[in-house]
Amino acid sequence: MTRKQRRATFIGLAVAVLGVAVSLVLFALRDTIVFFHTPKEVAEKQVPAGKRIRLGGLVAEGSLKRGTGSNVEFAITDTAKTIAVSYTGILPDLFREGQGVVAEGKLDTSGRFLADYVLAKHDENYMPPEVAKALKQQGVWQGDAKAKGSTPK
Amino acid sequence: MIVELGHFALLLALAVATVQMVLPAMGARAGDARLMQVAEPAALTQLALLAVAFAALTYAYVTSDFSVENVWANSHRDKPLIFRISGVWGNHEGSMLLWVLILALFGAAVAAFGSNLPNTLRANVLAVQATIAVAFLLFIVLSSNPFTRIPLQPEGRGLNPILQDFALSIHPPFLYAGYVGLSMAFSFAVAALIEGRIDAAWARWVRPWTLAAWVFLTLGIAMGSWWAYYELGWGGWWFWDPVENASFMPWLATTALLHSAVVMEKREALKVWTILLAILAFSLSLIGTFLVRSGILTSVHSFAVDPRRGVFILMILLVLIGGALILYAWRAPQLRQGGLFAPLSREGALVLNNVLLTVACATVFIGTLYPLALESLTGDKISVGPPYFNLTFGPLMIPLLLAVPLGPMLAWKRGDVAGALQRLFAAAILALLALVTVAALMWRGPWLAPFGIALGVWVVAGALSEWATRIKLFGASSEEALRRAAGLPRSAYGGMLAHAGVGITVIGIVATSAWQSEVVVAMKPGEQAAIAGYQLAFQGVAPARGPNYEEQVGTFSVTRGGSPVTELTPSKRTFDAPRQTTTEAGIHVSWRGDLYAVLGDEMTGGGWAVRLYFNPLVRFIWLGAILMALGGVLSLSDRRLRVGAPRRARRKPVPMASPAE
Repeated sequence: MTRKQRRATFIGLAVAVLGVAVSLVLFALRDTIVFFHTPKEVAEKQVPAGKRIRLGGLVAEGSLKRGTGSNVEFAITDTAKTIAVSYTGILPDLFREGQGVVAEGKLDTSGRFLADYVLAKHDENYMPPEVAKALKQQGVWQGDAKAKGSTPK
Repeated sequence: MIVELGHFALLLALAVATVQMVLPAMGARAGDARLMQVAEPAALTQLALLAVAFAALTYAYVTSDFSVENVWANSHRDKPLIFRISGVWGNHEGSMLLWVLILALFGAAVAAFGSNLPNTLRANVLAVQATIAVAFLLFIVLSSNPFTRIPLQPEGRGLNPILQDFALSIHPPFLYAGYVGLSMAFSFAVAALIEGRIDAAWARWVRPWTLAAWVFLTLGIAMGSWWAYYELGWGGWWFWDPVENASFMPWLATTALLHSAVVMEKREALKVWTILLAILAFSLSLIGTFLVRSGILTSVHSFAVDPRRGVFILMILLVLIGGALILYAWRAPQLRQGGLFAPLSREGALVLNNVLLTVACATVFIGTLYPLALESLTGDKISVGPPYFNLTFGPLMIPLLLAVPLGPMLAWKRGDVAGALQRLFAAAILALLALVTVAALMWRGPWLAPFGIALGVWVVAGALSEWATRIKLFGASSEEALRRAAGLPRSAYGGMLAHAGVGITVIGIVATSAWQSEVVVAMKPGEQAAIAGYQLAFQGVAPARGPNYEEQVGTFSVTRGGSPVTELTPSKRTFDAPRQTTTEAGIHVSWRGDLYAVLGDEMTGGGWAVRLYFNPLVRFIWLGAILMALGGVLSLSDRRLRVGAPRRARRKPVPMASPAE
């Protein structure tokens, strides 16, 4: 084998692996990514039932209902729109009414959101940035001063 | 007073680092030995100053000096001593200080043990190392100063309770030692490019540092995963969270670098590629630092969201990575190409390893950064989760794992694949046996899983076959085998151990992912639940008091087939400051796997939400990681690789304008 042929073999190998990887990435990016929406965007973009999304907002005050089983019902709101959520399982430690939350799952045909993950991150002042941004855009955000806690100077 | 001393030491360290960045590099260029000699004392002084700064901050934490903003914001008097100490790096400012301290430690190691390096190379390496230090010290002083004073406060705000945990106390130092250890490979690569010369001795010098960084990274990642497993209460051990990826990408690149450095050292081939990989590995750990510290990611790890910091780190990234890559593009073509080899050879196998690892690393990179790129371009917010990574990263690992046992069986330069396969016959039979047995036992599970287990068995058995072949276990007499076993270099044992560790981790990952069982129920005291052959009787929930928290402890009596096994006590802790709740899982460890119980909320009607998992063979994941790290340590202890060990190769004359004094 000449030097050229050897080099061609290795370049061929690298190109083949890259090709496989690129097609995997493109395929996976088309099928596995999940869009994030606030309740208002869900209404605006008419997200179809059954499509996997992340729904983010605040847990509506007074909406949390624990069933006798491990099913819980609550509502996610961005103050413009509110969507009822149904979830079976254990809510995260920092799940509270009035706090930011992100739920992953899909809408059923009646417009209720069936969540199979609920994320509330590990900080009591935590607000998912997507939620904070969406709320800011709608002008209902006043969390900064309260959330950060004033630093004594 | 002590705090001010620390602050002063920090500023002095910045000044010393600036000197160390400029003078030695000028000296190396002009061939002025006196200027080059500045590097070593500067590196040692820098370490001493940063150690003082770090000690001062630790002192402020231990004595709970709440007139320091950083201590006030992250500590509390009631915290146990160990968490007051770990609180030093449990926040943004302190962790950056730890980062530069470790950086200085590595620089000082070159200064102290680098007497056998060519003078110009040593001066350039220390100058590059100092450049990194200057960038990050500026960052600390200008935007993240841990020594900022505030009026004395009566009590601190406390450390995020989730971080008050032993494994997490030592997780950041390990990870940082790994991240920052890669700066050595980077500095050596850039120095070699500046000199325009590189040889096998270079690889012999870089390899131990890279190996040490890799060991730390491996342990750091494993610890983080273990912590997430038992502390977050989700029963999972890896979430493809961007921050996890941020540490995993450098690990993949470093693994590739370790293998390509072998080729370079033994065969003087792949020089240009090895240099690039060294630059990329450290760049990825810088990007990891950026992702975590800039706050653009939402995660437990982002201590602070401050856009100025993000912009600052981004600038550092652009200058360091951009500068190194430009230098690479300019100088790399001048490096001489090395030895020839056939595609089917040890070198060829290591090239395959490199191609697969770097491409796999690239897919992780795309999955981690695509959401950020998309949001800044179109405003669409998406999340790329485990399905993406399983679909892209997984398939790329299959050929890699298939090739792992094959590589070491091939000869350098030109390998005999048929012969290698023959020697791996027993390993292949074992893997097939595993496939059939697992498929028969677990025929209801995912059909791919038995293949995954077989792949893991193949890698482990392959490592054993390599050992058997090398000591001629079944060839000559047993004395001969023993003699050979004793004569094998430690680095050979290290490699085999690490490969076996990979196989064991694969088995753990496949088993846990494929056959995990999960039950979510609401239980009242006296009720029973069943999972994976275990019976759990719920005894009820009782309050308890810890050093700085209240907890609700649930008690479950566990039986299996009527005989008692253990008692699990998962709990929910509510800390005093800051007032937060954490979940403590109850875990029963057995050789089959972990029984894992999480106590949820109290439901209407007196029941409690309870989540139970059975994670088969989950301990294999971390056991494998520990074996990999042990393999690395074993290799490091090999005399031939020891840091600073004299080179056996004849030293080439150092081409310098004027000889050193």
